[in-house]
Amino acid sequence: MLTYTVRRIAMVPIVLAIVVTIVFFAMRMVPGGPAYALLGSYASAEAVRQLEMELGLDRPIWEQYLTFLGDLVRGDLGTSIYNGRPVGPELMRAFPFTGALCLATIIWGVALGVPLGALTAIRRNSLWDYVGRVVSLVGLTVPPFYLAILLIVAFSLKLRIFPMIGGGELANPAEFLYHLFLPSLTLGIVMSAFVSRTVRAALLEVLSTDYVRTARSKGLREGTVLAKHAMRTALIPTVAFLGVYMTLLLGGAVVIEVVFSRTGWGRILVNAMKQRDYPVLQAGLMLFSAVVVAVNLIVDVIYTYIDPRIKYS
Amino acid sequence: MWRALVKNRTSVVGLVLTLILILIAVFAPFIAPRDPLKQSIRNKNEPPSASYLLGTDRFGRDVLSRIIHASRVSIGIGFGAAFLGAAVGTIVGAFGTYLGGRTEAVMIRAIDVMMSFPTLLLCLLVLTVLGSGLTRVMLAIAIAFIPRFARLSRGPTLALRNIEYVEAARAVGASHLRIAVRHILPNIVGPISVMLVMWIASAIRIEATLSFLGFGVSPPTPTWGNMIQEGFRAITYTPRLALIPGFALFLAVLGFNLLGDGLRDVFDPKLRI
Repeated sequence: MLTYTVRRIAMVPIVLAIVVTIVFFAMRMVPGGPAYALLGSYASAEAVRQLEMELGLDRPIWEQYLTFLGDLVRGDLGTSIYNGRPVGPELMRAFPFTGALCLATIIWGVALGVPLGALTAIRRNSLWDYVGRVVSLVGLTVPPFYLAILLIVAFSLKLRIFPMIGGGELANPAEFLYHLFLPSLTLGIVMSAFVSRTVRAALLEVLSTDYVRTARSKGLREGTVLAKHAMRTALIPTVAFLGVYMTLLLGGAVVIEVVFSRTGWGRILVNAMKQRDYPVLQAGLMLFSAVVVAVNLIVDVIYTYIDPRIKYS
Repeated sequence: MWRALVKNRTSVVGLVLTLILILIAVFAPFIAPRDPLKQSIRNKNEPPSASYLLGTDRFGRDVLSRIIHASRVSIGIGFGAAFLGAAVGTIVGAFGTYLGGRTEAVMIRAIDVMMSFPTLLLCLLVLTVLGSGLTRVMLAIAIAFIPRFARLSRGPTLALRNIEYVEAARAVGASHLRIAVRHILPNIVGPISVMLVMWIASAIRIEATLSFLGFGVSPPTPTWGNMIQEGFRAITYTPRLALIPGFALFLAVLGFNLLGDGLRDVFDPKLRI
């Protein structure tokens, strides 16, 4: 078990190195190079050369790559070519907005999805089941940015209870949470659709096992059977699912941050792509995949502890 | 198969929605009441009426006609990206898995790296490198799908790798290429193509998201995504300009999802949940 964990942790830097390398070379494959892309197609050849020299893009590519790696190891993520600010602190400042959004989404997703999934499994083929499945189907179908617009129209424009723009101030927790409500609800509804499907499938399987029949036949109350025997096992696949869901969640966060104008990683990244701000892009994409890899690792390790049947080799 | 599919009510809804959508996309120029690009400033931001069934946008263009024409982009990119991604992904996955050893290990690692990016970010990265436009958007989504299909094709290939007739083919001296093409691929096309419909839904949703973010097919060519984006800019005054194209998008994705669900149940009852 320990060797497995250590080996998985050792893989993390390797995966990140590959990601960084791909992104680095991808950005230099932009037709005409980043300087040309930055200045636009009307720029004179001289201006492009000038900018390339300023950015160090005229040097051989392996030299640029080594400099980039060297800076990276020293914790320097580079400087934005768009606004000239260092990328690292910029992303650090934005992190709480993305982090809180993801965390709140997971809370919504579990809080709405687990009861919904359990209900549809326990009352299988009833009206509850039918309604629950339709709700989860809608959640699986609706694109998050459209759901966000629906919620904005309902809560911000018609009812006027929640703000539609911005992420609030970190220094003011109440305002921060107030701004977090709609974005996290949007992604939470989508996530709860996935969670409820996973819980439903797992619970249906567990409810037909022998040990649940045994628990029932020895006269335990149905509530006890469900809570103590069935749900515990049914929630194991749900934990594994959270790891798988991380990439979907981050992808959703990117769009939602743009819709609600929250200055998080996603919005910074989308803007960097529009502005061809490749230092920001390199750093941002690397951090995104670092989060995915780390979360998957944590989930895998937790998984072996809560389900002793799983053995990794 | 037909009977099993038709017996399932939700998949019939999916099938009908999908067929209607495909028909609309194919016959768009004949169905659309007006020119989707023709501006008429005098009639801008008109609410729905008898002459403009779904109203007009800020340039006075007919929203209904734009939605109808936009279906072509969605369907085209949806089908194109899913088929291309499935074809390349399945071939890569089947070959890599069949060959085993180091090739397989490298492939698995490559899949893991690509999948550690959210699909949307992968598409955005490809579009940043390639630039935007219809074929490039299709290509970007297809590239993002490749690792997923490579992974999907691994299971069936693993099951076939050491099956008797494959071993027999190897024993009579068939080349790896011949075995992969003649014996492995035809047998995994079935399970993969059942999944394809779901991925069309996914591609349509990603395409809309990309155009919404301003990376997809650029205006004035209407797509549901860029219509929603334009509508969202004026959300406080005319929310319907974002809501109506969004609903079209929702119906399209719903149709393919329902059909995909139904197909999967018919072909693989074990997976039914």
